[in-house]
Amino acid sequence: MGKLFIRVIHRDLLLAYRRRADVLTTLFFFVIVVSLFPLGVGPEMKTLRLIAPGVVWVAALLASMLSLQRLFAADYQDGTLEQMLLAPHPLGVIVLGKIVAHWMVSGLPLALMAPLLGLQFDLPPEALGILFIALLLGTPILSLIGAVGAALTLGLRGGGVLLSLLVLPLYIPALIFGAGAVEAHIAGVSPEGHLSLLAALLIFSGLATPWVTALALRIAME
Amino acid sequence: MAQEAVLSLALAPVNRPDSMLEVVHLSCLRGERTLFTDLSFTLSPGELLQVAGANGSGKTSLLRMLCGLSAPVAGEIRWNNAAARGEDFNRDLLYIGHHSAVKEELTPLENLLIASTFASAPLTESQALEALDRMGLGGREYLPTKALSQGQKRRVGLARLLVSTAPLWILDEPLTALDVLAVELIQARLAEHLAQQGMIVLTTHQALQVPGITPRQIALS
Repeated sequence: MGKLFIRVIHRDLLLAYRRRADVLTTLFFFVIVVSLFPLGVGPEMKTLRLIAPGVVWVAALLASMLSLQRLFAADYQDGTLEQMLLAPHPLGVIVLGKIVAHWMVSGLPLALMAPLLGLQFDLPPEALGILFIALLLGTPILSLIGAVGAALTLGLRGGGVLLSLLVLPLYIPALIFGAGAVEAHIAGVSPEGHLSLLAALLIFSGLATPWVTALALRIAME
Repeated sequence: MAQEAVLSLALAPVNRPDSMLEVVHLSCLRGERTLFTDLSFTLSPGELLQVAGANGSGKTSLLRMLCGLSAPVAGEIRWNNAAARGEDFNRDLLYIGHHSAVKEELTPLENLLIASTFASAPLTESQALEALDRMGLGGREYLPTKALSQGQKRRVGLARLLVSTAPLWILDEPLTALDVLAVELIQARLAEHLAQQGMIVLTTHQALQVPGITPRQIALS
């Protein structure tokens, strides 16, 4: 079963590599949205520092919305999803493999780039580190929760908008604790509490959402 | 026949003479319309069942139900005296639908290897290359599948027939878009599968000529 999990990740990474334009669009979207704020708000250092965590996190949420629709759409259209449902393995394992691969090409690069983008907001080095850790813990949550929405809206016309309406409210806890961690540090409080809650949220969604997603996929395929 | 011997890769013969597929009083609704009601049949090893009917008569719906992809409104489907669902049933099943689950971005070789992983019967690379070669895709194993013609893409999907060890095959229009040679190849492989005590349910609008076999037919109206 572990082998299957690895092979699913490998397959999805290979597909992402062959369709790298899709992946890069999401990343550039994130970079551009984050970079627009310092230009729009002006060079007021204090304001920039204040808004930085929120801006980076909201941009990450929106970037994740862009890539979520692709999570199951191609497999649904070409019949691969049917084969996954009919595979003699728990569907949840395959789904988790897909989610992990999705995070590696959509969430992980955001976390890696965020410290660099944070420089535009004059964040001190330590705050940049905490921003990175918060995104590292938080972006997998976005992929996990988003997968449920992507499965529920599979094959619907206008599924993209519905997906946003369904998933964005569920992102709120991750947003609050993720941005809160950096804000706490800037305010001189320890960010540990926020990060712990974020990690707890990650564990909970990691355990629950793959099975919920699998169930939603079975319903979508009927 | 000399041709038959070279078809399957003889990974593991199917040969499960005690298996049986039973369909009992099955009904299917699509939206408001009733497609069929009270459909019953059984399928024993070595039998081929051809589902006939006009477009929209519910052939694909029936096949998807047999696979367990959709639930029947009434009636049940049993495999070896248990409900035909779950991982054990899936291990015994090969389903090839309208969409052949072939990824355009991947090469035929990658497609076949990945399909075999999902089916839980992983192939080695040389076995996969051999199967593709027998499907007439020799020399195209490493091209992106999107560079192939429609018929060649179908062949990539159908290469799974050559390497499958599952006893029950459910095939939705397997002969579409294939040329004469490929149709003969597939039909010979079907005959081989039946000779190994396999079972096949399929739909096709083409005249089916499986050597040595008279297909049973059910008609949906």
